[in-house]
Amino acid sequence: MIVARKFAWVVVLAVCAASLAANWLAPTGYAKQFRDAPSAPPSAQHLLGTDELGRDRFARVLYGTRISLLLAPAAALVSTLLAALVGGLAGYLGGIWLRLARGFTDLFLSLPWLFLLITVRALLPLNVSPLVSVVITFFILGLLGWAASARVLSTSADALRNSDFVLQARASGLHGPRLFLVHVLPNLKPVLYAQFWISIPVFILSEANLGILGLGVAEPLPSWGSLLRELEGLISFREEPWRLVPLLLLIVVLTSFQLLLSNEEVTA
Amino acid sequence: MIGRRGCLRLALFLCLAVLCVCGSTLAQSGGELRFCLHSEPKTFDPLLVDDDSSLAVRYLTAGVLIRSNRRTQALEPELAESWKVAKDGKQITFKLRHGITFSDGSPFSSEDVAFTIQRLMDPALHSPTGDAFRSGSGAVSTKIIAPDQISIVFPAAVAGLDRLFDQVAIMSAHSPKKTAAVLGPFMVAEYKAGSTVLLRRNPNYWKKDSQGHRLPYLDSIRLDIQPNRDVEMLRFKRGELDLINVMDSEYFDRLAASSPGLAHDAGASLDSEFMWFNQVANAPIPEYKRAWFRSTNFRRAISQAINRADMSRVVFNGHAQPAVGPVSPANKFWFNSKLQAEPYRPVSALKLLQSDGFHQQSGFLYDKSGNAVEFSIVTNAGNKPRERMAVMVQEDLADLGIKVNVVTLDFPSLIERISQKFNYEAAMLGFRNIDLDPNGQMNIWLSSAENHAWNPQQKSPETAWEAEIDRLMRAQASTADEKKRKESFDRVQEIVADQVPFIYLVNVNALSAVSNAVQGANPVILAPQTFWNAERLTLNATVQASR
Repeated sequence: MIVARKFAWVVVLAVCAASLAANWLAPTGYAKQFRDAPSAPPSAQHLLGTDELGRDRFARVLYGTRISLLLAPAAALVSTLLAALVGGLAGYLGGIWLRLARGFTDLFLSLPWLFLLITVRALLPLNVSPLVSVVITFFILGLLGWAASARVLSTSADALRNSDFVLQARASGLHGPRLFLVHVLPNLKPVLYAQFWISIPVFILSEANLGILGLGVAEPLPSWGSLLRELEGLISFREEPWRLVPLLLLIVVLTSFQLLLSNEEVTA
Repeated sequence: MIGRRGCLRLALFLCLAVLCVCGSTLAQSGGELRFCLHSEPKTFDPLLVDDDSSLAVRYLTAGVLIRSNRRTQALEPELAESWKVAKDGKQITFKLRHGITFSDGSPFSSEDVAFTIQRLMDPALHSPTGDAFRSGSGAVSTKIIAPDQISIVFPAAVAGLDRLFDQVAIMSAHSPKKTAAVLGPFMVAEYKAGSTVLLRRNPNYWKKDSQGHRLPYLDSIRLDIQPNRDVEMLRFKRGELDLINVMDSEYFDRLAASSPGLAHDAGASLDSEFMWFNQVANAPIPEYKRAWFRSTNFRRAISQAINRADMSRVVFNGHAQPAVGPVSPANKFWFNSKLQAEPYRPVSALKLLQSDGFHQQSGFLYDKSGNAVEFSIVTNAGNKPRERMAVMVQEDLADLGIKVNVVTLDFPSLIERISQKFNYEAAMLGFRNIDLDPNGQMNIWLSSAENHAWNPQQKSPETAWEAEIDRLMRAQASTADEKKRKESFDRVQEIVADQVPFIYLVNVNALSAVSNAVQGANPVILAPQTFWNAERLTLNATVQASR
């Protein structure tokens, strides 16, 4: 397991480093259209060939990885913080607060998120740059993705509230925010980490789903979602195997994220 | 001993015998043609048809007085032997064929035509087909002159009156089967919601081929309801389907690569892809942007800076042609042949912009007030060719220093923005034109119309050129003289080319697929592309035996 985790770290770091070095590694910009060579196979000039508009696929994979790998953790951080606030506090306070928070969380989970995301996306201002659009997309994902984590955190915090050491702390005169920050929150850390790591692949896939619907990151900026969208209608993998590279990369990175979770976090 | 002449006779006999045998195995009457509808037919009432699937069923089952030949685009007599339109365009008189019966055996006469017209024009029915005939206030009257002769009188002139009858399915006035009694080559025999529509040959169909055989040749047509294009293509390749009526260029090229003989590119269709700028006076956009969009030079410059040839080649793999204007060159009569597609002229485009006070600085374009030129193009999410076209426009305009943001929206949100809230800057959409006659475009060109996309529902025309288009469109609609109508609409096309309210991009080719099993197919650009001559299609015997 330790070897697997080390390997996962190497993979994640290598992919992150490559994507951050896209400006140097990519032969051209991600938006440059080589209109004389649309849908070209791999060559010395285009290592992974070109897409339907003649854009270098290798460059787009590198820049798309950068976008997805930077913003998915950011969205995961937003959602985990919201989950800690709602779930952690409700669990700690218990009673009516816990019931209210759980009811609200259940209601939130039961909403048709895809349609809500489409609606929210449609309400956004039109004249925003692709970079701003991608930040907004992930921010919305972060804002809307806290409920499942909050449910888990509220249960954990509820268990902690009734634990012996918290009772002892209360008996020693510790109350309110101090009790929460000193005794409850540190013990919620494994759960918070687990929720954070689990959320990253969830958001990457959510952006990919939005991308497939044409509602993700704005053109010409690439993301894993828009890259995966190119696989639509691909009938034979044998004819153009290089088009599978974004999918393979996504699988490798998501698997690595799962391997990064420690035993404790997995249990949590 | 057989002499030389005997040998020759024997050889000739054998050749004839072989030809007869081959002929019988290649193509013969009977069999079931199969293809897909992409959605459920919403109605089987031919006067209420308003969707593609119902249109297909109506085309195959309906008998009409006049048929527009999908290949030649000329009008041909069908149930009417002849017809005459009055000079004022208010009246049409038909001479009907004798001895025709409906599929249920009830006889066809002028009473049925009168019944159909009265029902068609009944305001309570809300017939989309009937809307095209509404020319002015007042009722439409029918006058039965004889069992085989009828006159229809309209309150005002109806432009292209005779061509409109291509869409009017004649219904029986007396048959108890009502809409199920038809005069077309096929009749609806079975309908399984969400699955199939089965059409069987009409045993009483009136047409015969040159050898006196009663048409249609086919026994039946099975229309499978299948919205998924991948599944449709897979089934076609397996030989389970005989036709694909409309395909996109991606599927077409895939099929052409594996089975080149089955893929048919009939050339530029009537459909066009275009973009336009929001010129609505009270639209919630900055005033300086509205000034750009209302500038003819700005619109012309954008049009000149777009490389349509690249678009046709890259996005549609060559299965599209740079568009000229509102009428595709495929529309043989109404296209203004003096006009040409706007060539790619970035240098000229920049000069035009400079003449309006725009200037380049550090690779970006600014207007005379110093505002960076940036706008968004909205289009519908999920339409890959359109999204790619928008990205190509983005790249082309970036060369001039213009920043374009491409925004894809779900269709209802897009329609709300462009037709109700006017909260957009530029939009890209397509126009699916099934009507050859320009009268069908009145709701686009009149400045008071709802679909006058760039600035709809104007109380009075805001520009002189829009007032001129209004005048010309009304002029062509108020006369039956085709020459005068053509002159007026040619002028409309010239004004549109000059003022560029719409930037026409490409006319997409009509792409279809026909299996080797089908004989007599001749795909065309007009709908229904592959089965417009369904009554004369045959299937080869091998296919029939295997089904």
